[in-house]
Amino acid sequence: MARRAGRITLALPRASDLAALAVALFGATAAAAEPPGRVVSINLCTDQLTMLLAAPGQLISVSHIAADPLASVMADRAGQYHLNHGQAEEIHAMAPDLVVTGPYTARYTVDLLRRLGIEVRELPVAQRLADIPDNIARMGDWLGREAQADRLITDFEDGLAALAPDAQAGADARPTAVLHYANNYTAGTGTLAHEILTHAGFANLAERAGVSSGGTLPMEQLVMLMPDAVISGQRYPGQTRAEAVLDHPAIAALRDTHSSAAVSDAEWVCGTPAVLSAIARVRALHGAGG
Amino acid sequence: MRFSLLLAILGVLVAGLFALSLLIGPAGLTPARALAALIRGEGLAETLVMREIRLPRALLAVMVGASLGLAGAAMQGYLRNPLAEPGLIGVSGSAALGAVIALHTGLAAGFLLGLPLAALTGAGVAVGLILLLAGSGGGSITLILAGIAVSAMAGALTSLVLNLSPNPFAASEIMFWMMGSLADRSMLHVWTALPLMAVGWALLAALGRGLDALTLGEDAAATMGFSLVRMRLLLVGGTACVVGAGTAVAGAIGFVGLVVPHILRPLVGAQPSRLLAASALGGAAMVLCADIAVRLVLPERDLKLGVLTALVGAPLFLHLIYRTRKEGL
Amino acid sequence: MTGTPLLSLDAFSVARGPCDVVQDVTCAIGAGEFVGLIGPNGAGKTTLMRAALGLIPARGQSSLAVLDRAARARAVAWLPQQREIAWPISVENLVALGRSPHRAAGRPMSDADRAATVRAMARMGLDGFQARAANRLSGGEQARVLIARALAQDSPLLMADEPAAGLDPSSQISLMELFAAQAAEGQAVLASMHDLGLAARHCTRLLVLHRGRLVADGAPDTVLTPDLLATVFQITAHYARGADGPIFQPLGVIR
Repeated sequence: MARRAGRITLALPRASDLAALAVALFGATAAAAEPPGRVVSINLCTDQLTMLLAAPGQLISVSHIAADPLASVMADRAGQYHLNHGQAEEIHAMAPDLVVTGPYTARYTVDLLRRLGIEVRELPVAQRLADIPDNIARMGDWLGREAQADRLITDFEDGLAALAPDAQAGADARPTAVLHYANNYTAGTGTLAHEILTHAGFANLAERAGVSSGGTLPMEQLVMLMPDAVISGQRYPGQTRAEAVLDHPAIAALRDTHSSAAVSDAEWVCGTPAVLSAIARVRALHGAGG
Repeated sequence: MRFSLLLAILGVLVAGLFALSLLIGPAGLTPARALAALIRGEGLAETLVMREIRLPRALLAVMVGASLGLAGAAMQGYLRNPLAEPGLIGVSGSAALGAVIALHTGLAAGFLLGLPLAALTGAGVAVGLILLLAGSGGGSITLILAGIAVSAMAGALTSLVLNLSPNPFAASEIMFWMMGSLADRSMLHVWTALPLMAVGWALLAALGRGLDALTLGEDAAATMGFSLVRMRLLLVGGTACVVGAGTAVAGAIGFVGLVVPHILRPLVGAQPSRLLAASALGGAAMVLCADIAVRLVLPERDLKLGVLTALVGAPLFLHLIYRTRKEGL
Repeated sequence: MTGTPLLSLDAFSVARGPCDVVQDVTCAIGAGEFVGLIGPNGAGKTTLMRAALGLIPARGQSSLAVLDRAARARAVAWLPQQREIAWPISVENLVALGRSPHRAAGRPMSDADRAATVRAMARMGLDGFQARAANRLSGGEQARVLIARALAQDSPLLMADEPAAGLDPSSQISLMELFAAQAAEGQAVLASMHDLGLAARHCTRLLVLHRGRLVADGAPDTVLTPDLLATVFQITAHYARGADGPIFQPLGVIR
């Protein structure tokens, strides 16, 4: 039963539809009607949304990544919760009523948890800014915290409207930027990072180079595109060859001649209201030079 | 002079491949634009591409290739065994371990030579171990077994260090350290590797005549006036320098030191001293070729150099083992 | 023996582990001598020669071991028993290796070097073999090439460890005659050997090593006495002086 519920959740586009269907399917089960009392999150993005929405005492554990300040915007708050490592055994021992996760988190763990009779719900990845309110609503619904979700959505939409790009600037007049992550990875159309960039008034050159969703952009091509801004990925401790490209002299030279310096960090990772501050920081680049 | 003609041909080959390496890349520059940017600095983007991306890559291919060819020829000459090769017997792997430790403990961030010196230490320990285990009259079997043990240990420890690193990208770099790549290196890497490599080249070049004498065995060489202790130090020091510095910036690239001396040996009359210089040039040519090929075969992806060198080298290695077995060595 | 000895050993002992395998050997070899070093298996012949060269540590004095490497290489040429030729280098280049002690590093071969190489090859009957790969020759041919290398070294003393082993009779006799001729020309040769017949016939002097000790030293007919053969080699033998030289033939084993 619980397995089917998870699959259906994934397929449904709107949270409100889901609620209706869930009631239709599981109306007989008392647990489905009442908000879950013990919630465990095992995915960085659901970690942050549950922390924003859960009632006191309702959320008992988030993933350990949520406590990593390089990946999570809510690392401080995550410290208040028990940190899990996404292992089926440890999660089962917490006796959760509901486990929330993203669609790509360890399939075997999710399947195992469902076989153990634990309800697992998967939150779709926010690929557009418009997906964020939907996800908030969905999570609020799962947690029985619809009112908190509505408030968060209103705040987010107001914030987004305040940061809206200047209407008169045509696509060609906009300054150009490119996202440059470890291993020369970049983000093109169909990614949240692309939306953050374009909402902040930049044209994403990865789109011009034909990169849709995520992909690699050889450094030579990146240099030839001569972006007005290079937004580099977050650096982690220890030196890796993957990240060495972020400090490559050719990129550094672009940075010297063009405005840059913004870093794509934890605020860019998940579809939470934190993307507003990412947008604001990128918008600030307009005045910085170029 | 047949030998000088051979060196001249190899030199021209290396120069040609070097030029070709400069002209290949995803930016799609025409040769004329590429050369104008490289030499006269015409065009900001083009100049960055040529001088900061392609030039260091081609230079490193020459340096790393020459180092591996030279080290292979020197080790084979010293051990009197055509199977001795820094990649196969764990010297490169141990150098990678040293480099990885330096990178993930912060030693490499401390000063410029921290990285190659740590790799040098790893390589030096491995060469020392191999000589200890398979040095005088150890034979092919001992050499290969010692190499397997050293390689396995170095590989496992490299994986361990990368897995323990707090960096999310570290674990995925095991492939780079085991297979090697020259993609997106910079002039900084050239300057990091060059000083130690130059020292190593000089040390290994000084082995030449001693290696010739060693053809007749250690006693004969010693009574012809060559110090075996000095030769051992030159070999360990020189190999550690060149393989350490090379691996620190390009990862472990196997089989170059096996294939190149094997191909060139008949062309130099099998004389170990002449094989040194020829293998250095041959190694440079082979790594340039491999690095051009990875960009032509899969231009969008970072195909590892070691994949190509192994495709050429592994069958040859098997053939050599077969032949060694037949000769009952 | 005349003039300064080319090799002199004084109270010379070599330890392998806790026990001495060569004990308190004192002797000297001078120009003009072809000395055979004989003794049963395990008597310490190879150890004595390698230690005398300074290749392994020893106690007592050896005039060769105290020389620096370059001086030693000009004083003595050493022919190990193991016939090792690691690479298919040409016969000519192999023989020329014998000239290494006479060439400064990085210098090409001088005319004298080339002449010595040609002479050594001619002496060993290697004309026509110059370009052949040395390690693809037959065992006997390889032995000749390696001896030519030692001759090319042009040193006053030649030391060889069982140089006749594995050679056919005519090659063995040619080799003995060559060594005798070298000695007659004013050089000295010290060679270990097992064939007492060859030793008796060609050597000017024999050293007998028994359990690490030098038990006899002198001309063949004074050394190869029935007593010594019985105690050292446990054999009986026929020894006679024929019209064309000494004849020695082992007959039986003493049980």
